[in-house]
Amino acid sequence: MKRVKRRYLALQLDCETLPTEREFIDAVWASVTKLYGEVGASLTGLTLIGLDIERKIAVIRVALVALNTVKASLAAVTSLANRAASVHVLAVSGTLKALYSNLK
Amino acid sequence: MTRAFADLHLRVNPKDQKATRELINRAANFGYSLISIPFTSGMHEDDLSKLKSICAEASVDFVSRADFHPRSENDLTHFLRKFRRRFEVICISCDNKEVARQAAKDRRVDLLSFPSLDYHKRFFDRAEAELASGSLTALEVDVKPLLVLEGPPRVRIIMSLRREIKIAREFKVPIVISSGVGEQRFMRFPRDMASLAYLFGLDEVSALDAVSTNPEAIVKRNREKLSSRFVAPGISIVKEGKVL
Repeated sequence: MKRVKRRYLALQLDCETLPTEREFIDAVWASVTKLYGEVGASLTGLTLIGLDIERKIAVIRVALVALNTVKASLAAVTSLANRAASVHVLAVSGTLKALYSNLK
Repeated sequence: MTRAFADLHLRVNPKDQKATRELINRAANFGYSLISIPFTSGMHEDDLSKLKSICAEASVDFVSRADFHPRSENDLTHFLRKFRRRFEVICISCDNKEVARQAAKDRRVDLLSFPSLDYHKRFFDRAEAELASGSLTALEVDVKPLLVLEGPPRVRIIMSLRREIKIAREFKVPIVISSGVGEQRFMRFPRDMASLAYLFGLDEVSALDAVSTNPEAIVKRNREKLSSRFVAPGISIVKEGKVL
């Protein structure tokens, strides 16, 4: 079976109140679903790797084929947990190791 | 080579200095090196110079820009005659076909904007694109509607934009992506703005060009034209000699 290629994205959360992991990933899922529908969202392979609350940095994993889809959906996020917010992509990488070294 | 990113359409009231300063600083932090706030009828030359100084403090290059919503062809030509040499970028919002056609063929117009969400009031069709490609006029797309709208209105605007972008690319009309926002929460990183362009069918390189190379080229060309050394396209005064 062909290996699924993935990308890791480091995201900067721009919000006044801190969302929980659940609230954050739900907002991302909601944005993807709104723009691409449930079938489109299911193809993204979206997974939350971690959320650093102090630095407001989240790391997610997506399928490479859906990278542009997810990036567009992230840019379209306007609220987290019913509060005005935005999500900016800081870095994209093929491995977590490279992603964290990019962030330093 | 790193790209210099531009947002040529930040909508802020310069009278509100605090908000303006915050927005400009934020744009600088986000990595924009060229920004523009449209000059409106309520603004004075003082406001423009204040904006320039705020931008200079934030290390951002300020581009003077005037937006106009002409009602007729005559209205448009009158505006261009009066303001072309005072601003670096001229954007025409086209609300009717007559104005859209005239603006597309007039070389003094830099940006064409179609603000209406109604499909029937967006006049960027093949004829418009053909005229625009001949006069180097660019199509400006604001990403704000993509952020503030939801449901069927957003679907309709994406549909219209996809059609317009396809036509623009076919006729090699430059595309400029701007934010069109006045609130900080809707501001996005330049690359995030380019990502939004994926929604209406622009590939990554073209989208990045639309937030960097294309607006930069317009500003560079116009600054050259507005300089005192400009004579004609490709001809400029290098050194003045003495008359014998």
